[in-house]
Amino acid sequence: MRGEARGGRGGAARRRNAVASTPSHVQRVEENASVPVPGEDTLSVEHVRLAVELDIPSDVRYIEDIVAMVTRQCAQLSYPPRHLALNVPVALTEALSNAILYGNRERPDRHVHVRAEVDRERLIVEVSDEGSGFDLETSEIDPTSPENLLREDGRGLFLMRRLMDSVERFDDRGNVIRMTLRRS
Amino acid sequence: MSFSIRKQGDIVVVDVEGQLIVGNRQELKQKVLDELERGERKFLIDFSQTGYIDSSGLGVLVSLSKKIREQGGELRLANLNDDLKTLFELTKLDTLFQIADTRERALESF
Repeated sequence: MRGEARGGRGGAARRRNAVASTPSHVQRVEENASVPVPGEDTLSVEHVRLAVELDIPSDVRYIEDIVAMVTRQCAQLSYPPRHLALNVPVALTEALSNAILYGNRERPDRHVHVRAEVDRERLIVEVSDEGSGFDLETSEIDPTSPENLLREDGRGLFLMRRLMDSVERFDDRGNVIRMTLRRS
Repeated sequence: MSFSIRKQGDIVVVDVEGQLIVGNRQELKQKVLDELERGERKFLIDFSQTGYIDSSGLGVLVSLSKKIREQGGELRLANLNDDLKTLFELTKLDTLFQIADTRERALESF
């Protein structure tokens, strides 16, 4: 069980990580997945791409560690503080909790697969679950309308769309949500 | 991530340390509801030590706001950093809550 990330255009090595049953193991993957970016005085990070790919059990306690791992990758490539504190953590938490709670319905025999790839241009995160999926277009309500403002639910997909540059869904490899954020 | 609760006069002050997200939102909800059950009516949630909040966390704040109001109480929020303010503005929840810049101002507003 090892995470791997490697710099180099077009050569980001990935290995599927099977995360064991406690959040502490997620942290271990993060450490393995982190590759120091060369100092800017020696090499430009312009062409570096970091990637991580892993599976987690359907348990919301893993979310914070996964978010920390992906955010750290973005920090290594100098994403702006707003992205690191708001856009990435909130949107990714929403995608993961949707996959765990609604996609996999917290079934212990189902896993969530996460793939994150980040370079100086953009972050792409894919979150896959083993559920039957949903229609992005018909699932979103407007939680800011007066009749919905007091609702306790219904803000997840809305926030993903507002905080990411694009949110797409695919079902060719299970139920996959792909989110893209341009570094700006 | 944890929540600490203390009384300041007749006001229950809750500090949210770390994230308020799907994995811990029920803990916050239960702690505040326990205080409401004990007869407390004035609540201040301070976010000065908070990282990020997801939609579940926002949902719990909405739920608590409704339950406290139903009991004739008041809920105030304080110390949202710029990112959290943006989150509340995006969702228009800044129009639902009374939000103070500092804990002191929030305490004075009751």
